[in-house]
Amino acid sequence: MIGASLGAAAYERAPEISRILAGVGPVEDTRRARLSAKADAILTLNGIGISFGGVTALSDVDLEVKSGEIRAVIGPNGAGKSSLINIISGLYHADHGTITIDGQPFARVPANHLARLGVARTFQNLALFGGLSVRDNIASGRVHTRHASFVEHIAGLPRARREDAMIAEKTDQIVAFLHLESVADRLVATLPYGLQKRVELARALVAEPKLLLLDEPMAGMTATEKAEMAGFVRAARDRHGVTIILIEHDIGVVMGLSDRVAVLDYGRKIADGTPAQVRADPAVIQAYLGTAEGEDSEGI
Amino acid sequence: MAVQALDTARLPVDWAKLVQKLALPTALFVVAYGVVPAYASGYLVEAILLPFLALSLAAVGLNLLTGYCGQLSLGSSAFMAVGAFGAYNFNLRVEGLPLAVTMILAGISAAGFGVVFGLPSLRLRGFYLAVSTLAAQFFVQWALTKFGWFSNDNPSGVVSAPHLAVAGLSLDSATGRYLLSVTTVILITVLVSRLVNSATGRNFIAVRDNETAARVIGVPVLKTKLLAFALSSFIIGVAGVLWAFTYLRTVEPAGFNLDRSFQILFIIIIGGLASIRGAFLGAAFIVVFPLFLSRLGAFVFGGLFDSGVLDMSQRIVLGALIIIFLIAEPNGLSALFDRLKRRIGSRSS
Repeated sequence: MIGASLGAAAYERAPEISRILAGVGPVEDTRRARLSAKADAILTLNGIGISFGGVTALSDVDLEVKSGEIRAVIGPNGAGKSSLINIISGLYHADHGTITIDGQPFARVPANHLARLGVARTFQNLALFGGLSVRDNIASGRVHTRHASFVEHIAGLPRARREDAMIAEKTDQIVAFLHLESVADRLVATLPYGLQKRVELARALVAEPKLLLLDEPMAGMTATEKAEMAGFVRAARDRHGVTIILIEHDIGVVMGLSDRVAVLDYGRKIADGTPAQVRADPAVIQAYLGTAEGEDSEGI
Repeated sequence: MAVQALDTARLPVDWAKLVQKLALPTALFVVAYGVVPAYASGYLVEAILLPFLALSLAAVGLNLLTGYCGQLSLGSSAFMAVGAFGAYNFNLRVEGLPLAVTMILAGISAAGFGVVFGLPSLRLRGFYLAVSTLAAQFFVQWALTKFGWFSNDNPSGVVSAPHLAVAGLSLDSATGRYLLSVTTVILITVLVSRLVNSATGRNFIAVRDNETAARVIGVPVLKTKLLAFALSSFIIGVAGVLWAFTYLRTVEPAGFNLDRSFQILFIIIIGGLASIRGAFLGAAFIVVFPLFLSRLGAFVFGGLFDSGVLDMSQRIVLGALIIIFLIAEPNGLSALFDRLKRRIGSRSS
């Protein structure tokens, strides 16, 4: 009920918001301008390979992500998309290759320090804290900025209170940005699925990351919810200049949303380029779309 | 009721809220420090209130670890033992140590011990962790029995609790021990309730609900788990001091066996996980229930209901109740209490 009504309202407003936030001109122009101005790579993957018990999930994958772009990674089930995100966020350790985040090279990304490296992520299956309210879930996204000890928290000393106030302010901004005001004080476990996905995006955004990894943020959503979420993702990039890596099944959404698309199949990268280039690539059509050539590819 | 409602309605909003917020704590305070010391019988204090307070505190401690931070522990009674024997030895070996300092040092001993046995939690989860905390249980009982030093080479291994006094004021009477207990419990409970509502408490819950997500957003998972073990063991250690010094009046390893660990775990399951109020409701239930059962049994079956039958029926009924709670009300008495309150509230309005 709440999800539906809230969703519809937000859907109406999201594209408009992105336009306002991006400045006066049309969205397309500012996006291009920003891309050409800051063309340096925020993330580079070099020869990434990983296998699980003899099964190769990824082999020799290179990926370059420019600052400020929305970079999609698509591919059929089992192509290695989630493994790729888990390697970037340090949950898996690659057998081969290096990951360079904002100029710092890693063989293994330290997951514990991911937030401090300026990387935030969402999970394919919801990974919220069910026992906390929506607001507390979102606020937890800034936990890496806290320094006060538990004694300071119990005693309510100035540093603890200052941190609480600062985080509450950021949380309120994100709550307003993603239209979560009406549910902010509810336990997150009581929300409908689509809204929970949005809370997870909020928890990632509140950290003000440089790089945001979205692992199927629209999986299991209705068409309306998907469009609405796409609006939020775009608005997040336009407003904060956050670079986004997007893993998604729905090709229609990906093509409309992303600047560049990489295609994985059986753990290898088979194509990389603008949505138009990828869409026309015979290897992609062969591997991903199968016989769907010429048909409307939306919804695969 | 109606008059009170009218009165609060006339007050400005802030005042009404303040009155509402302070009503229950004030009432509890008056009962704890006024009504009980003045009117409670020796039996009520010795047989019900003292064990209730010590077990409540232990349950608050375990709830911090298991309810809030999600780390299952079967070693509570070992931590109580460390606290009790720690306090006994600090008191024995350091001349003129104030009682409060003794209790804090005992708690710190238990906390250190808890951190050591919490280290496996960095690798193990759920039942596997529970099994490793069992090791604490067996190790402590073995060590306390094996090395006479802990009980001052007393041949029976049972030592009487020392004389209790604060600032020269003797607390050896039932009322004195009650006041010591209730003050300790209130103080620690207030601190814990502040903790669980702070960012640290939310870190506990984050680790419990989704450890991977917690790690990725920057919750220091290892530190958080060890902190939960340390704070929980500290509180359970102090509860052990209360159990031995104010309730049993003796310190012996056999009093801190595995049964006690399970009892404390049952208290938080029945009372409600991740609820401070649940720890008290559960402890009240566990303490009062056997007494109630024995009275009921004696009333219905007369002489047939001896202590053997009581013990057995107590286990059976308690076991059944735990199963019922796990299925019907996983959030325990605390949630039941809330629902009742809501129903009464909706009826009166």
